[in-house]
Amino acid sequence: MNNIQQKTKELLESGACTLIIGYEKGTGGKARPVFVRKAEHAAKLIFDESCDQNIAGYLYRQEIKNESKKAIVANNHTLKSIVELASENQIHEGDFMVLAFTAEGEIIELKSFEEIEKHVATLYHGLNDEDKATMQKIEAMTMEERWGFWENEFSKCIKCYACRASCPMCYCPTCTVEINQPQWIPVPSHTLGNLEWHVMRAMHLAGRCITCGQCAKSCPLDLPIHLLTYKVALDSEQYFDSVAGTSVCANNVLATFKTEDHENFIR
Amino acid sequence: METNNNNSFEPKVVAFVCNWCTYAGADLTGTSRIKYAPNVKIIRFPCTGRIDYMLLMKAFANGADGIIVSGCHPNDCHYTSGNFHARRRWMIFRNLCDFIGMDMNRVVFSWVSAAEGAKWAEIVNTTVDTIRQLGPATSFQKLIKNSVFEEVGNE
Repeated sequence: MNNIQQKTKELLESGACTLIIGYEKGTGGKARPVFVRKAEHAAKLIFDESCDQNIAGYLYRQEIKNESKKAIVANNHTLKSIVELASENQIHEGDFMVLAFTAEGEIIELKSFEEIEKHVATLYHGLNDEDKATMQKIEAMTMEERWGFWENEFSKCIKCYACRASCPMCYCPTCTVEINQPQWIPVPSHTLGNLEWHVMRAMHLAGRCITCGQCAKSCPLDLPIHLLTYKVALDSEQYFDSVAGTSVCANNVLATFKTEDHENFIR
Repeated sequence: METNNNNSFEPKVVAFVCNWCTYAGADLTGTSRIKYAPNVKIIRFPCTGRIDYMLLMKAFANGADGIIVSGCHPNDCHYTSGNFHARRRWMIFRNLCDFIGMDMNRVVFSWVSAAEGAKWAEIVNTTVDTIRQLGPATSFQKLIKNSVFEEVGNE
Protein backbone atom coordinates (compact mmCIF):
# COMPACT_ATOMS: atom_id res chain seq x y z
CA MET A 1 0.00 0.00 0.00
CA ASN A 2 1.66 3.19 -1.14
CA ASN A 3 -0.67 5.09 1.10
CA ILE A 4 1.24 4.19 4.26
CA GLN A 5 4.63 4.63 2.62
CA GLN A 6 3.74 8.12 1.45
CA LYS A 7 2.37 9.10 4.82
CA THR A 8 5.32 7.85 6.87
CA LYS A 9 7.77 9.38 4.41
CA GLU A 10 6.17 12.76 4.99
CA LEU A 11 6.24 12.30 8.75
CA LEU A 12 9.91 11.37 8.78
CA GLU A 13 10.94 14.07 6.32
CA SER A 14 9.11 16.83 8.17
CA GLY A 15 10.64 15.68 11.44
CA ALA A 16 7.22 15.12 12.99
CA CYS A 17 8.41 11.60 13.74
CA THR A 18 11.83 10.04 14.19
CA LEU A 19 10.67 6.46 14.49
CA ILE A 20 7.88 4.53 12.82
CA ILE A 21 6.95 1.11 14.17
CA GLY A 22 5.17 -0.80 11.46
CA TYR A 23 5.14 -3.91 9.34
CA GLU A 24 7.31 -5.08 6.47
CA LYS A 25 7.09 -8.07 4.19
CA GLY A 26 8.40 -11.17 5.94
CA THR A 27 8.95 -14.71 4.78
CA GLY A 28 6.27 -17.29 4.12
CA GLY A 29 3.62 -14.73 3.23
CA LYS A 30 3.79 -13.23 6.70
CA ALA A 31 4.47 -9.67 7.75
CA ARG A 32 6.97 -8.82 10.47
CA PRO A 33 7.49 -5.74 12.60
CA VAL A 34 9.94 -3.14 11.34
CA PHE A 35 11.42 0.01 12.82
CA VAL A 36 11.87 2.79 10.29
CA ARG A 37 14.01 5.81 11.15
CA LYS A 38 14.89 7.20 7.72
CA ALA A 39 12.53 8.60 5.10
CA GLU A 40 14.19 6.55 2.35
CA HIS A 41 13.34 3.35 4.24
CA ALA A 42 9.63 4.18 4.36
CA ALA A 43 9.22 2.11 1.19
CA LYS A 44 9.68 -1.00 3.35
CA LEU A 45 6.39 -0.43 5.12
CA ILE A 46 3.29 -2.36 4.15
CA PHE A 47 -0.18 -2.71 5.54
CA ASP A 48 -2.48 -5.49 4.39
CA GLU A 49 -4.27 -8.59 5.73
CA SER A 50 -0.94 -10.28 6.51
CA CYS A 51 -0.20 -7.59 9.12
CA ASP A 52 -2.15 -9.31 11.88
CA GLN A 53 0.53 -9.27 14.54
CA ASN A 54 -0.19 -7.30 17.68
CA ILE A 55 2.74 -4.90 18.06
CA ALA A 56 1.43 -2.72 20.89
CA GLY A 57 3.96 -4.37 23.20
CA TYR A 58 6.80 -2.35 21.69
CA LEU A 59 5.37 0.88 23.04
CA TYR A 60 6.31 0.24 26.66
CA ARG A 61 9.80 -1.15 26.00
CA GLN A 62 12.26 1.16 27.70
CA GLU A 63 14.45 1.63 24.63
CA ILE A 64 11.40 2.74 22.63
CA LYS A 65 9.84 4.79 25.42
CA ASN A 66 12.95 6.96 25.30
CA GLU A 67 12.25 7.95 21.68
CA SER A 68 10.39 11.21 21.81
CA LYS A 69 8.64 11.33 18.44
CA LYS A 70 7.30 7.99 17.38
CA ALA A 71 4.36 6.63 15.49
CA ILE A 72 2.94 3.12 15.40
CA VAL A 73 1.09 1.57 12.49
CA ALA A 74 -1.75 -0.12 14.27
CA ASN A 75 -4.10 -2.88 13.21
CA ASN A 76 -7.30 -3.42 15.17
CA HIS A 77 -5.70 -5.73 17.74
CA THR A 78 -2.89 -3.27 18.35
CA LEU A 79 -5.39 -0.45 18.81
CA LYS A 80 -7.34 -2.36 21.44
CA SER A 81 -4.13 -3.27 23.23
CA ILE A 82 -3.08 0.37 23.23
CA VAL A 83 -6.34 1.29 24.96
CA GLU A 84 -5.92 -1.49 27.51
CA LEU A 85 -2.28 -0.56 28.17
CA ALA A 86 -3.35 3.06 28.60
CA SER A 87 -5.95 2.02 31.17
CA GLU A 88 -3.15 0.25 33.07
CA ASN A 89 -0.88 3.31 32.89
CA GLN A 90 1.78 1.52 30.90
CA ILE A 91 1.81 4.04 28.07
CA HIS A 92 1.14 7.73 28.22
CA GLU A 93 -0.81 10.18 26.16
CA GLY A 94 1.31 12.30 23.82
CA ASP A 95 4.24 9.85 23.87
CA PHE A 96 3.33 8.44 20.48
CA MET A 97 1.09 8.84 17.50
CA VAL A 98 -1.08 6.10 16.05
CA LEU A 99 -1.54 5.53 12.33
CA ALA A 100 -4.75 3.58 11.98
CA PHE A 101 -7.00 2.73 9.08
CA THR A 102 -10.66 3.30 8.47
CA ALA A 103 -12.81 0.50 7.11
CA GLU A 104 -12.27 2.01 3.64
CA GLY A 105 -8.51 1.71 4.03
CA GLU A 106 -7.88 5.40 4.52
CA ILE A 107 -5.09 6.41 6.93
CA ILE A 108 -6.04 8.36 10.01
CA GLU A 109 -3.75 9.95 12.57
CA LEU A 110 -4.79 9.41 16.16
CA LYS A 111 -2.95 11.47 18.74
CA SER A 112 -5.00 11.59 21.92
CA PHE A 113 -6.36 8.63 23.84
CA GLU A 114 -9.83 10.05 23.32
CA GLU A 115 -9.42 9.77 19.54
CA ILE A 116 -8.08 6.22 19.84
CA GLU A 117 -10.92 5.25 22.13
CA LYS A 118 -13.47 6.66 19.68
CA HIS A 119 -11.94 4.78 16.79
CA VAL A 120 -11.78 1.55 18.78
CA ALA A 121 -15.48 1.89 19.57
CA THR A 122 -16.20 1.49 15.86
CA LEU A 123 -14.33 -1.84 15.69
CA TYR A 124 -15.68 -5.33 16.16
CA HIS A 125 -15.08 -6.72 19.65
CA GLY A 126 -15.41 -10.43 19.99
CA LEU A 127 -14.16 -13.73 18.70
CA ASN A 128 -13.93 -14.70 15.06
CA ASP A 129 -16.23 -17.45 13.80
CA GLU A 130 -13.55 -20.13 13.87
CA ASP A 131 -12.67 -19.50 17.53
CA LYS A 132 -16.33 -19.26 18.47
CA ALA A 133 -16.93 -22.68 16.92
CA THR A 134 -13.93 -24.21 18.72
CA MET A 135 -15.06 -22.74 22.04
CA GLN A 136 -18.53 -24.17 21.56
CA LYS A 137 -17.08 -27.53 20.60
CA ILE A 138 -14.99 -27.69 23.77
CA GLU A 139 -17.81 -26.48 25.98
CA ALA A 140 -20.11 -29.14 24.55
CA MET A 141 -17.67 -31.89 25.56
CA THR A 142 -18.05 -33.85 28.77
CA MET A 143 -15.74 -33.01 31.66
CA GLU A 144 -13.55 -36.05 30.97
CA GLU A 145 -13.29 -35.19 27.29
CA ARG A 146 -12.30 -31.63 28.09
CA TRP A 147 -9.65 -32.83 30.52
CA GLY A 148 -8.37 -35.28 27.90
CA PHE A 149 -8.27 -32.55 25.27
CA TRP A 150 -6.30 -30.12 27.44
CA GLU A 151 -4.09 -32.83 28.93
CA ASN A 152 -3.05 -33.73 25.41
CA GLU A 153 -2.44 -30.09 24.47
CA PHE A 154 -0.55 -29.25 27.66
CA SER A 155 1.62 -32.36 27.35
CA LYS A 156 3.04 -30.90 24.12
CA CYS A 157 3.96 -27.53 25.64
CA ILE A 158 7.71 -26.99 25.85
CA LYS A 159 7.45 -23.92 28.11
CA CYS A 160 9.26 -21.64 25.70
CA TYR A 161 7.07 -18.80 27.01
CA ALA A 162 6.55 -17.43 23.49
CA CYS A 163 2.93 -16.86 24.54
CA ARG A 164 4.13 -14.62 27.34
CA ALA A 165 6.69 -12.83 25.20
CA SER A 166 4.21 -12.10 22.43
CA CYS A 167 1.39 -10.89 24.65
CA PRO A 168 1.30 -7.08 24.93
CA MET A 169 -0.39 -7.41 28.32
CA CYS A 170 2.43 -9.55 29.81
CA TYR A 171 4.74 -6.75 30.89
CA CYS A 172 5.69 -7.63 34.48
CA PRO A 173 9.45 -7.14 34.93
CA THR A 174 9.52 -10.30 37.05
CA CYS A 175 7.04 -12.95 36.01
CA THR A 176 5.70 -15.48 38.52
CA VAL A 177 7.46 -18.26 36.61
CA GLU A 178 10.80 -16.65 37.42
CA ILE A 179 10.06 -16.71 41.14
CA ASN A 180 11.55 -19.75 42.82
CA GLN A 181 10.76 -19.08 46.45
CA PRO A 182 8.17 -20.49 46.34
CA GLN A 183 8.51 -22.27 43.02
CA TRP A 184 5.00 -21.69 41.72
CA ILE A 185 5.62 -23.15 38.30
CA PRO A 186 7.94 -26.19 38.04
CA VAL A 187 10.92 -25.58 35.78
CA PRO A 188 10.84 -28.80 33.74
CA SER A 189 8.02 -29.00 31.24
CA HIS A 190 5.68 -31.78 32.23
CA THR A 191 1.93 -31.82 31.81
CA LEU A 192 1.16 -30.89 35.41
CA GLY A 193 3.48 -27.89 35.46
CA ASN A 194 2.36 -26.83 32.00
CA LEU A 195 -1.24 -26.92 33.17
CA GLU A 196 -0.38 -24.76 36.16
CA TRP A 197 1.45 -22.32 33.91
CA HIS A 198 -1.39 -21.97 31.45
CA VAL A 199 -4.02 -21.59 34.17
CA MET A 200 -1.89 -18.93 35.80
CA ARG A 201 -1.32 -17.10 32.54
CA ALA A 202 -5.02 -17.08 31.76
CA MET A 203 -5.92 -15.89 35.25
CA HIS A 204 -3.42 -13.06 35.06
CA LEU A 205 -5.09 -11.96 31.83
CA ALA A 206 -8.59 -12.00 33.28
CA GLY A 207 -10.41 -8.90 32.07
CA ARG A 208 -7.26 -7.75 30.27
CA CYS A 209 -7.13 -10.06 27.26
CA ILE A 210 -8.32 -8.24 24.16
CA THR A 211 -8.72 -11.57 22.30
CA CYS A 212 -6.13 -10.95 19.59
CA GLY A 213 -4.91 -14.55 19.76
CA GLN A 214 -1.29 -13.51 19.48
CA CYS A 215 -0.30 -16.14 22.08
CA ALA A 216 -1.58 -18.98 19.92
CA LYS A 217 -0.17 -17.44 16.73
CA SER A 218 3.29 -17.35 18.26
CA CYS A 219 3.09 -20.82 19.81
CA PRO A 220 5.65 -23.01 18.02
CA LEU A 221 3.49 -26.06 18.74
CA ASP A 222 0.21 -24.46 17.63
CA LEU A 223 -1.50 -25.13 20.93
CA PRO A 224 -4.91 -23.45 21.18
CA ILE A 225 -3.90 -21.64 24.37
CA HIS A 226 -5.68 -18.48 23.26
CA LEU A 227 -8.94 -20.23 24.10
CA LEU A 228 -8.04 -20.12 27.79
CA THR A 229 -7.63 -16.36 27.82
CA TYR A 230 -10.70 -16.02 25.58
CA LYS A 231 -12.65 -17.97 28.19
CA VAL A 232 -11.69 -15.54 30.96
CA ALA A 233 -12.36 -12.61 28.63
CA LEU A 234 -15.85 -13.89 27.82
CA ASP A 235 -16.57 -14.54 31.49
CA SER A 236 -15.40 -11.06 32.44
CA GLU A 237 -17.83 -9.67 29.92
CA GLN A 238 -20.68 -11.92 30.96
CA TYR A 239 -20.35 -11.46 34.72
CA PHE A 240 -18.79 -8.06 35.10
CA ASP A 241 -19.75 -6.36 31.85
CA SER A 242 -16.11 -5.60 31.20
CA VAL A 243 -14.62 -5.77 27.73
CA ALA A 244 -10.88 -5.20 27.68
CA GLY A 245 -9.52 -2.59 25.30
CA THR A 246 -12.61 -0.42 25.11
CA SER A 247 -11.94 2.29 27.67
CA VAL A 248 -8.77 4.04 28.80
CA CYS A 249 -10.24 4.68 32.24
CA ALA A 250 -11.51 1.16 32.85
CA ASN A 251 -10.69 -0.55 36.12
CA ASN A 252 -9.22 -4.01 36.22
CA VAL A 253 -11.85 -6.70 36.68
CA LEU A 254 -10.09 -8.60 39.45
CA ALA A 255 -8.88 -5.49 41.24
CA THR A 256 -12.37 -4.09 41.65
CA PHE A 257 -15.68 -5.49 42.82
CA LYS A 258 -19.33 -4.74 43.18
CA THR A 259 -21.28 -5.76 46.24
CA GLU A 260 -24.00 -7.04 43.93
CA ASP A 261 -21.70 -9.40 41.95
CA HIS A 262 -23.81 -12.49 41.50
CA GLU A 263 -22.66 -16.09 41.73
CA ASN A 264 -24.53 -19.29 42.48
CA PHE A 265 -21.86 -21.62 43.82
CA ILE A 266 -20.76 -20.19 47.18
CA ARG A 267 -22.53 -22.03 49.98
CA MET B 1 -0.55 -42.14 48.12
CA GLU B 2 -0.61 -44.53 51.06
CA THR B 3 -3.51 -46.85 51.47
CA ASN B 4 -4.46 -48.29 54.80
CA ASN B 5 -4.83 -51.97 55.51
CA ASN B 6 -8.41 -52.40 54.41
CA ASN B 7 -7.73 -50.36 51.25
CA SER B 8 -10.65 -48.04 51.80
CA PHE B 9 -10.33 -44.58 50.34
CA GLU B 10 -10.00 -41.73 52.79
CA PRO B 11 -10.42 -38.35 51.06
CA LYS B 12 -7.74 -35.77 51.65
CA VAL B 13 -9.41 -32.39 51.84
CA VAL B 14 -7.54 -29.11 52.22
CA ALA B 15 -9.46 -26.16 53.63
CA PHE B 16 -8.25 -22.64 52.93
CA VAL B 17 -10.00 -20.44 55.46
CA CYS B 18 -9.83 -16.86 56.60
CA ASN B 19 -8.60 -16.04 60.07
CA TRP B 20 -11.49 -13.87 61.14
CA CYS B 21 -14.62 -15.82 60.29
CA THR B 22 -14.24 -19.40 59.19
CA TYR B 23 -11.23 -20.22 61.35
CA ALA B 24 -13.05 -18.84 64.35
CA GLY B 25 -16.15 -20.70 63.17
CA ALA B 26 -14.20 -23.94 63.04
CA ASP B 27 -12.97 -23.18 66.54
CA LEU B 28 -16.56 -22.83 67.65
CA THR B 29 -17.35 -26.20 66.09
CA GLY B 30 -14.72 -27.68 68.37
CA THR B 31 -15.70 -25.85 71.52
CA SER B 32 -19.33 -26.77 70.84
CA ARG B 33 -18.21 -30.42 70.79
CA ILE B 34 -19.68 -30.97 67.33
CA LYS B 35 -18.05 -33.94 65.63
CA TYR B 36 -17.07 -33.74 61.99
CA ALA B 37 -15.00 -35.66 59.47
CA PRO B 38 -11.29 -35.65 60.35
CA ASN B 39 -10.23 -35.68 56.69
CA VAL B 40 -9.85 -31.95 56.48
CA LYS B 41 -6.60 -30.08 56.90
CA ILE B 42 -7.26 -26.46 57.73
CA ILE B 43 -4.89 -23.77 56.52
CA ARG B 44 -5.40 -20.34 58.03
CA PHE B 45 -5.08 -17.18 55.95
CA PRO B 46 -5.43 -13.56 56.96
CA CYS B 47 -8.30 -13.11 54.51
CA THR B 48 -10.03 -14.85 51.60
CA GLY B 49 -8.52 -12.12 49.45
CA ARG B 50 -5.12 -13.65 50.24
CA ILE B 51 -6.09 -17.09 48.95
CA ASP B 52 -4.31 -17.21 45.61
CA TYR B 53 -5.78 -19.55 42.99
CA MET B 54 -2.28 -20.98 42.59
CA LEU B 55 -2.58 -22.35 46.12
CA LEU B 56 -5.60 -24.34 44.98
CA MET B 57 -3.68 -25.60 41.97
CA LYS B 58 -0.78 -26.53 44.26
CA ALA B 59 -3.10 -28.41 46.62
CA PHE B 60 -4.29 -30.57 43.74
CA ALA B 61 -0.76 -30.88 42.40
CA ASN B 62 0.31 -32.24 45.79
CA GLY B 63 -2.34 -34.88 46.04
CA ALA B 64 -5.43 -33.27 47.55
CA ASP B 65 -8.71 -34.93 46.59
CA GLY B 66 -10.84 -31.96 47.46
CA ILE B 67 -10.65 -28.34 48.54
CA ILE B 68 -12.76 -26.08 50.71
CA VAL B 69 -12.38 -22.33 50.44
CA SER B 70 -14.20 -20.39 53.08
CA GLY B 71 -14.30 -16.92 54.55
CA CYS B 72 -16.47 -14.15 55.90
CA HIS B 73 -19.91 -13.47 54.51
CA PRO B 74 -20.14 -10.51 52.11
CA ASN B 75 -20.06 -7.20 54.02
CA ASP B 76 -18.44 -8.95 57.01
CA CYS B 77 -14.83 -8.89 55.84
CA HIS B 78 -12.37 -7.79 58.51
CA TYR B 79 -10.61 -5.82 55.77
CA THR B 80 -13.89 -4.52 54.29
CA SER B 81 -13.52 -5.88 50.78
CA GLY B 82 -11.20 -8.92 50.70
CA ASN B 83 -14.03 -11.38 50.26
CA PHE B 84 -15.61 -9.30 47.48
CA HIS B 85 -12.35 -9.43 45.56
CA ALA B 86 -12.06 -13.14 46.27
CA ARG B 87 -15.59 -13.72 45.02
CA ARG B 88 -14.77 -12.18 41.62
CA ARG B 89 -11.60 -14.23 41.42
CA TRP B 90 -13.44 -17.47 42.14
CA MET B 91 -16.14 -16.68 39.59
CA ILE B 92 -13.48 -16.45 36.89
CA PHE B 93 -11.26 -19.22 38.21
CA ARG B 94 -14.04 -21.74 38.66
CA ASN B 95 -15.23 -21.36 35.09
CA LEU B 96 -11.71 -21.55 33.73
CA CYS B 97 -11.04 -24.77 35.66
CA ASP B 98 -14.32 -26.17 34.44
CA PHE B 99 -13.29 -25.25 30.89
CA ILE B 100 -10.09 -27.30 31.16
CA GLY B 101 -12.05 -30.23 32.55
CA MET B 102 -11.25 -30.08 36.25
CA ASP B 103 -14.03 -31.49 38.42
CA MET B 104 -15.45 -28.48 40.19
CA ASN B 105 -17.47 -30.71 42.53
CA ARG B 106 -14.17 -31.19 44.32
CA VAL B 107 -13.85 -27.53 45.16
CA VAL B 108 -16.34 -26.11 47.63
CA PHE B 109 -16.65 -22.39 48.26
CA SER B 110 -18.54 -21.16 51.28
CA TRP B 111 -19.09 -18.29 53.66
CA VAL B 112 -18.87 -19.42 57.27
CA SER B 113 -19.02 -16.81 59.98
CA ALA B 114 -17.48 -17.08 63.45
CA ALA B 115 -20.93 -17.94 64.81
CA GLU B 116 -21.61 -20.75 62.36
CA GLY B 117 -19.84 -23.69 63.99
CA ALA B 118 -22.60 -26.05 62.94
CA LYS B 119 -22.45 -24.84 59.33
CA TRP B 120 -18.70 -25.54 59.24
CA ALA B 121 -19.26 -29.12 60.41
CA GLU B 122 -21.96 -29.51 57.78
CA ILE B 123 -19.74 -28.10 55.01
CA VAL B 124 -16.86 -30.40 55.91
CA ASN B 125 -19.07 -33.46 56.24
CA THR B 126 -20.90 -32.94 52.96
CA THR B 127 -17.63 -32.19 51.13
CA VAL B 128 -15.95 -35.31 52.48
CA ASP B 129 -19.02 -37.34 51.53
CA THR B 130 -18.99 -35.93 48.00
CA ILE B 131 -15.29 -36.66 47.59
CA ARG B 132 -15.77 -40.14 48.99
CA GLN B 133 -18.33 -40.77 46.26
CA LEU B 134 -16.17 -39.18 43.55
CA GLY B 135 -13.10 -41.18 44.62
CA PRO B 136 -9.48 -40.07 44.52
CA ALA B 137 -8.54 -37.19 42.19
CA THR B 138 -7.12 -39.61 39.64
CA SER B 139 -6.86 -37.09 36.83
CA PHE B 140 -4.35 -35.08 38.85
CA GLN B 141 -2.66 -38.12 40.39
CA LYS B 142 -1.81 -39.41 36.94
CA LEU B 143 -0.14 -36.08 36.13
CA ILE B 144 1.70 -36.04 39.48
CA LYS B 145 3.09 -39.52 38.78
CA ASN B 146 4.29 -38.48 35.32
CA SER B 147 5.78 -35.23 36.58
CA VAL B 148 7.83 -36.99 39.26
CA PHE B 149 9.15 -39.37 36.64
CA GLU B 150 10.03 -36.48 34.37
CA GLU B 151 11.73 -34.40 37.06
CA VAL B 152 13.78 -37.30 38.39
CA GLY B 153 14.51 -38.56 34.88
CA ASN B 154 15.94 -35.21 33.84
CA GLU B 155 18.35 -34.93 36.73
